[in-house]
Amino acid sequence: MSNKVKSDEHSSAHGHGGRHPRLVHHFDSMEQQNEAGNFGMWWFLLTEIMFFGGMFTAYTVYRHMYFDAFAAASGALDIRWGAFNTVVLITSSLTMALGVYHAQMGNNKKLTMFLLLTVLLGGVFLGVKYIEYSAKFTEHIFPAASNFQWPPYEKPVAGHAETQQLADPVFTGHVKIYFFLYFVLTGFHATHMIIGMGILLVLAWQSWKGKFSKEYHSYIELFGLYWHFVDIVWIFLFPLLYLVDRHL
Amino acid sequence: MSEHIVSKKVYYAIFAALLIGTALTIGAAFINLHNFNIVVALLIAAVKATLVIYFFMHVKYASRLTKLCVALGFIWLFIIVSITMTDYLTRGWFTYVP
Amino acid sequence: MKSAISQQRFNRDGEPQTYLNNGHGLRSWFLTKDHKRIAMLYLVSVAFFFAVGGIYALLIRINLLAPNGLFESDTYNRIFTTHGIIMVFFFLVPAVPAVLGNFLLPIMIGAKDLAFPKINLLSWYLYIFGAAFTVIAVIAGGVDTGWTFYTPYSSTYSNSNVLLAGVGIFIVGFSSILTGLNFIVTVHTMRAPGLTWFRLPLFVWANYATSLVIMLSTPVLAITVSLLAIERVAHVGIFDPAIGGDPVLFQHMFWFYSHPAVYIMVLPAMGVISELIANMSKKNVFGYKLVAMSSLAIGVFGFLVWGHHLFVSTQSVYLGIIFSFLSFAVAIPSAIKVFNWTATLFKGSISYDAPMLYGLGFIGLFLIGGMTGLFVAAVGLDVHLTDTYFVIAHFHYVMVGGSLMGFLGGMHLWWPKMTGRMYPEAWARAAMVIQFVGFNLTFFPQFILGYLGMPRRYATYPPEFQVLHIFSTAGATILAIGMAITICYLIWSLKKGQRATPNPWGAAGLEWMTTSPPPTENFYETPVVTWEAYDFTVVRPEDVTGMAAE
Ligand SMILES: [Cu+2]
Repeated sequence: MSNKVKSDEHSSAHGHGGRHPRLVHHFDSMEQQNEAGNFGMWWFLLTEIMFFGGMFTAYTVYRHMYFDAFAAASGALDIRWGAFNTVVLITSSLTMALGVYHAQMGNNKKLTMFLLLTVLLGGVFLGVKYIEYSAKFTEHIFPAASNFQWPPYEKPVAGHAETQQLADPVFTGHVKIYFFLYFVLTGFHATHMIIGMGILLVLAWQSWKGKFSKEYHSYIELFGLYWHFVDIVWIFLFPLLYLVDRHL
Repeated sequence: MSEHIVSKKVYYAIFAALLIGTALTIGAAFINLHNFNIVVALLIAAVKATLVIYFFMHVKYASRLTKLCVALGFIWLFIIVSITMTDYLTRGWFTYVP
Repeated sequence: MKSAISQQRFNRDGEPQTYLNNGHGLRSWFLTKDHKRIAMLYLVSVAFFFAVGGIYALLIRINLLAPNGLFESDTYNRIFTTHGIIMVFFFLVPAVPAVLGNFLLPIMIGAKDLAFPKINLLSWYLYIFGAAFTVIAVIAGGVDTGWTFYTPYSSTYSNSNVLLAGVGIFIVGFSSILTGLNFIVTVHTMRAPGLTWFRLPLFVWANYATSLVIMLSTPVLAITVSLLAIERVAHVGIFDPAIGGDPVLFQHMFWFYSHPAVYIMVLPAMGVISELIANMSKKNVFGYKLVAMSSLAIGVFGFLVWGHHLFVSTQSVYLGIIFSFLSFAVAIPSAIKVFNWTATLFKGSISYDAPMLYGLGFIGLFLIGGMTGLFVAAVGLDVHLTDTYFVIAHFHYVMVGGSLMGFLGGMHLWWPKMTGRMYPEAWARAAMVIQFVGFNLTFFPQFILGYLGMPRRYATYPPEFQVLHIFSTAGATILAIGMAITICYLIWSLKKGQRATPNPWGAAGLEWMTTSPPPTENFYETPVVTWEAYDFTVVRPEDVTGMAAE
């Protein structure tokens, strides 16, 4: 047992220039820390691709097997809401990108503003989704509902007898598969948006409090990647769900 | 991280391109291209996604490793979809009649 | 770089400073961000579930002592399902990466910790959380679907706790995703100066490849069990034949994860074997680059063969032929490893300490497991062998003979590093031999049983199979005794074992250049690597003997 060295052994290994206060102990430099975060986020998104990938596989299989049912069922979605939501989400991607831009510039006020704008657009998207979902409930084309029927249930117009021709049960089953996929795909997508909006609010709060700076804003960038990913999923979902067979 | 700052102009240009892409998708869906409707729709979606990945997500300015990582995701997506579909496309090819 | 001995530091009580005595009490363990402590948390939990899974295995074997069975068929279904779920998801998948990988990977690359320590801790909590759901499912009556959860039985007809178990597996999947994420980022961004990719120990390569597989496959399992759970709750879903759904699609999606999962279980063990063979014969691994690359090749090709589990389903025969061919192809990189390990042994100065015995055991048993894999990968033969004990024997030779042997070999090799104590060598050798004998006696008769047509998952069987079943149960008992001995002397050695020097085996690798057990940040100064992997000329004698050279 020779010389006892004091137990505080932080300083020596880390070169000169002093450590950035946000640099965690086990990294050697801010560059290494940011690189690790960025790379980690990309790998996380990779798992997200495969998560949605499972559903896309199921979609492809059943679209191939039951194209007619998919075409008919897709026609029951309102293309205007779908298009509107696509524009909303693309816009939210723009505001997010601009948020990152202002984070890089160190402009905290504008950063906060764009983050909040992104939350707002996310809210609009979910609001529209709510309108669409509830329309499906009233039309009795929610697959888990016991009163599921195809073609969609229409409120009888006064004076006209209720004469709704029902499709054959096998075809209705295939339509159910379409709507099951519609609800899980859009449902998981919406879940991602809700989680994203929660994080956005926290980031906006932190940005308002002045946590971020020109040197330290990697969380904003990392979150931006996530938000854009959610946008990309929707870019594929829109034609796959709303535009199966729209031509006359 | 030698971080690359993309100018606001680029962001607005990509935004415009994405809007045009959306309009094209909807337009193309109403034209009867038979089996090619889905091809066109996916092609436009792929272009839009590429624009988002390249510019909004800064992959254009990122390392080769990041690019590889993104590619890996889409390759694996292709593997699961294409191999599974091979099953469904070749199931009915041959039925044994004694 | 100075030797570990001369760098050793001491705390106020004059004890050597280690990760173990840096902080006391539950809080210092359950809120730790130190990868080594998290590895120990994993070790305790993984060992617990191994014991539970083992008890269920014994229940299976006891039931099969008599042709009429001991338990009701329904009870028996729940027993083998619990055995499968616990062993696969709560032992085999996390065992080597989350315990040995977690502990060693940062040290082996000269880093202070994994890239995301908090995420590492979160991963352990997710494991526990997922395990809790599964344990509740078992206590509440169990699951009777088999660990494969095939639809439509699991989604529509089973009246057992599929939902709870599904939630548990979903959560534990995220735990392994987070571990994989951490490993990949750490290997990419945190290697010590001079430590190029082809200087990395093969254990790091193996864990890197495993992480790739985890990241690309586990999300598909997550969505598959999610869809299954939704279908169970909503009574409607895409796997339901009643509305035109195809249950075989579930099998596709399930095996897209679960075949690569075989490699998640066995690749890290192969990494351990590379370390054992090199360090116990004091030679660089023959064809280092080939062995490293074969890990990646196994990882990639492992994704292209899942359909060999669907040969007797409605899967297209044409795709079946392709899957069969690819399954044969994936044997090549595994064979490369086995050839290179044996070539490494040639003219090496081999020591037959317990880790090496496990290494040799692995090679022999994995060889049998792998070769019988070729039997079941052949479409025609598989029609005869599917769902028989032949398959059971095959994958137990791979999982127990491969992964478990690798895990135990690694535990013995690195036990002195992890705990600072030597295990009793004589006991360890004896235990290994007992386990080896017990294992073969358990599973070799099952090849014959399966070939003769004994189907898996049946509680009863015709009387002519009884002799072989009795052999098997006797073997399982011996195996269990061997395991119990190992657990006992390892626990004993924690207090009574001889103190370990920094490098008791004279092994090469950065983990042997720091103290045993290592200090909290692994090294007092970041090492600079100027040598190739498995270069035994840089081993310092004072690290081996533990005597400081004055
Ligand atoms: Cu397999």
